[in-house]
Amino acid sequence: MTTPNPAHIEYLTRLGDNALILGQRMSEWCGHAPVLEEDMALANMSLDLIGQARMLLAHAGQLEGKGRDEDQLAFLRTEMHYRNLTLCELPNADFGRTMVRNFLFANFQVLLWERLLASSDSELAAIAAKSIKEARYHAQHAGDWVVRLGDGTAESHERTQAALDYLWPYTAEFFAANPSDEAAAAAGFGPAWSELEAAWESVVVPVLTEATLTVPARTPFKSFGKFGRHSEHLGHLLSEMQYMQRTYPGAQW
Amino acid sequence: MERKEWPLWEVFVRSRNGLDHKHCGSVHAPDAKLALQVARDVYTRRQEGVSIWVVQADHIVASDPDAKPELFDPAEDKIYRHPTFYQLPDEVNHM
Repeated sequence: MTTPNPAHIEYLTRLGDNALILGQRMSEWCGHAPVLEEDMALANMSLDLIGQARMLLAHAGQLEGKGRDEDQLAFLRTEMHYRNLTLCELPNADFGRTMVRNFLFANFQVLLWERLLASSDSELAAIAAKSIKEARYHAQHAGDWVVRLGDGTAESHERTQAALDYLWPYTAEFFAANPSDEAAAAAGFGPAWSELEAAWESVVVPVLTEATLTVPARTPFKSFGKFGRHSEHLGHLLSEMQYMQRTYPGAQW
Repeated sequence: MERKEWPLWEVFVRSRNGLDHKHCGSVHAPDAKLALQVARDVYTRRQEGVSIWVVQADHIVASDPDAKPELFDPAEDKIYRHPTFYQLPDEVNHM
């Protein structure tokens, strides 16, 4: 095996942590969604994401070559070692915000997977081929809800617009330049995320417009989750997610 | 009329190409497109299907259970309607 490339490991960790943290966050809806049908849909999608996280983190652990498997990476790192986008760790709030978040994120993930189908890393390309189908469904599901809620009753419109206003500033982080990204892009490992902004907006904005929502203007606000500097919400999420593995180290079931 | 509940949709799933869609249950959903999505999420999680139909339950016209005697009992003693009095050649399968 060649020497581990830190940029590639970091790239995989970012992909894996996005899926892991959003999957964990969305799973909080299990048993609490507004209707049984959506309860199952949200749990299904959480499991899709956790499945993606397993493959990505397992692969990151292999490349790293220190003997860490996906469980160790998922459950035994501390907050600053997670590389997920801040957007993924924010609280669910109401169903509307959950749908807007999924919509913004899933469409970004679709663009990533599309490009990663051609990754120079054949294992990552294979993960992309499996995951892109899931991401497309998530984008479809959330997009349909965003249109119905945005263009629904006065209350649903108001809540959906509030969700978009709250979440939109965090989407700037998707495209923030990152040195390890450039290295990975130069090696054909995956696209630099900053390249995807125009394509993402061209998918997302028409749906938001159809939903009669106002797309907020970009502001100087910045978040830094993918650089390891997280919001106050990640620590609480991790303490719950890691509880079992930390209390019973090495536990299997 | 304000509708407080989402309408009910009956779900039919085809498990494999070449087979019929079979009724497998129902879901609540606000419209046809979302009905298909929730049917997918509720009834095809374990690879049960390759195609889904949904029909709004209001649009199904059902026979009256009380009319069962006059609708179905008269067929009871007409065994000659079953093609069981013929000798089929061995080459004919699946009858």
